[in-house]
Amino acid sequence: MSGGELADLPRMPPAPEPPPIRKIGWQAWLRQNLFNSWLSGLLTVVVGVALVCLAILSIQWVINARWEVVTQNLRLFLMGQYPIEHAWRVWLTLAILSVLAGVTAASSGGPTRALATWLAAGQAMLGLLMLASPMGVVAALATIANGVALWIAFLLALRRPIAGRTLGIVWLVYVPVALILLHGLGGTPLEVVPARFWGGLLLTFLLSISGIVLSFPVGVLLALGRRSDMRLISGMSTAFIEIVRGVPLITILFMASILLPLFLPGDLRIDAVLRAIGGITIFSAAYVAENVRGGLQAIPSGQIEAANAIGLNAFQRNVHIVLPQALRSVIPANVGLFISLLKDTTLVFIAGGGLLELLGVGRSVLAQPAFLGAHLEVYVFISVVFFVLCYAMSQASYRLEAAMGVGTR
Amino acid sequence: MTQPATDKAEGPERVGTDTGDIIVCRDVHKWFGQLHVLRGIDMNVKPGEVLVIFGPSGSGKSTFIRTINRLEEHQRGDIIVDGIELTNDIRNIAAIRREIGMVFQSFNLFPHLTALQNVTLGPVKVRRTPRQEAEERAMELLRRVGIPEQAHKYPAQLSGGQQQRVAIARALAMKPKIMLFDEPTSALDPEMINEVLDVMRGLAESGMTMLCVTHEMGFARAVADRMVFFDEGLVVEQGPPSQIFGDPQQERTKQFLSQILH
Repeated sequence: MSGGELADLPRMPPAPEPPPIRKIGWQAWLRQNLFNSWLSGLLTVVVGVALVCLAILSIQWVINARWEVVTQNLRLFLMGQYPIEHAWRVWLTLAILSVLAGVTAASSGGPTRALATWLAAGQAMLGLLMLASPMGVVAALATIANGVALWIAFLLALRRPIAGRTLGIVWLVYVPVALILLHGLGGTPLEVVPARFWGGLLLTFLLSISGIVLSFPVGVLLALGRRSDMRLISGMSTAFIEIVRGVPLITILFMASILLPLFLPGDLRIDAVLRAIGGITIFSAAYVAENVRGGLQAIPSGQIEAANAIGLNAFQRNVHIVLPQALRSVIPANVGLFISLLKDTTLVFIAGGGLLELLGVGRSVLAQPAFLGAHLEVYVFISVVFFVLCYAMSQASYRLEAAMGVGTR
Repeated sequence: MTQPATDKAEGPERVGTDTGDIIVCRDVHKWFGQLHVLRGIDMNVKPGEVLVIFGPSGSGKSTFIRTINRLEEHQRGDIIVDGIELTNDIRNIAAIRREIGMVFQSFNLFPHLTALQNVTLGPVKVRRTPRQEAEERAMELLRRVGIPEQAHKYPAQLSGGQQQRVAIARALAMKPKIMLFDEPTSALDPEMINEVLDVMRGLAESGMTMLCVTHEMGFARAVADRMVFFDEGLVVEQGPPSQIFGDPQQERTKQFLSQILH
């Protein structure tokens, strides 16, 4: 509609105007925000000087730090004592993971491009780090190829998104496949690599992804169980949730790694990694259950009534009406939970059982005579790795939240 | 979690009603805690009959129609729908709910599904209709309620009147013999009330058995076969619109009508 044709109509209401633009120069901006009183001016100067000093010191440290401790031990940090001749199995596991992550990012709807870029870039950076390490060019290329695979999977899945339900099942299948691939099967070409050789980032990944993928369905079942009309089921679910939430994770891991073998018959030995995964899953499931319960309570009773009125039975009602809405609303809370789960996997190093995940490897590297005193380098490296992973997850949760805006109430 | 009713062949036992009424209620009572909200309702509805149920808030009219498809459990008396007695047996409840469609005051559309998915969910999951057939029928119903172009929108993207029309289509998709309307226009802006009433009017003309809790007296006068006045958990008076509007027998009915008509 153009104003010209209507201009000659009598008593036109005034045309809508754009809002006024407030424009100030940079001097005015400085005065308003940083120097609007002598006190704030003083603060600005003091903080500014402090920040500059800090930055200079940090950069100096980064340049002079003994990064050999990281590059020389990069293989240890990444996969622990995993035998070199079997390293391709780790790469394959990681490659499947990259493709899955890319597809999931693309299929979750909404602007996940930044997330996929971040994950791919993280792998590319790791590849560059490898060039400087004894792991060499092949490993570096493999890592960079991984990053590329993630991006390609992301782009392909953007064209043909995959249903959330299918993705959930694929992730559930991924855990045992990854475990078998890494552990191997006796009597097949896949030689057994016992879990005591696994370590570093590989173990951290394995523990946290298994914990996340397994604890989510268990937690959902527990939440439904707690709200069940059947007293026995709701009582048992409630007891489980409350007991697990009342106990620190470290004690659960201790129990899993030390007490459990004592109670089991002598010839039945559960692998230390599986025990740790079990402990983490149990712990995290209780928290997932409480998050999901919050989501379930937020479903208006009208939804249940409408589902009943069209004749859905209790199972159909939960699967098609209640859970899709409840789970959507608790995604942010659950991602927060999973971020702490990722960081809490460092506790398995303390709980014994000989598991050396990323932090554990860091401690063992520091015991090498050649790198005595390189604490800061090792811990900074480990912190950066954790930050990259956690930041990616929290970004994912924000994008999901934004994407969920459409189609909800 | 309860088991789904699997054994369809056996089905619930049919009880004969000599009168041929599709709904028979005898001495229906209901308490909310200590509060006696239904105090002995007797009501028979013939197939194809359109009832308008009205009365002051808290009179039990909504509770009454909600007992018919077991959204509320009655604690005394009998309810028989299409020859099936409403008991605690999950198979009877499921069978009765298949016969009855319901439309709510607050629409209660499923917000995570599109309009089309809202309409097809029941047929596909409960009646096991093939998806394509269900979708074709859903589009036909959406056309009938006048909003085929909104099929792929989510409820939050629709106006109140459009949402309520999708809700009517959703209920009709189950091919019910009876439709319950629980104040379907009370949550709507004035200019959207008519688009919903028009759909209801068309439905009544097609011969649907309808129980409508509503205060739309113009609709009642034009469409209702019988009007039922509820007060304090009892049916105070019932009769054709001509009698209720022209010559109400009870003092309470007169008083209530004088308050809502002007």
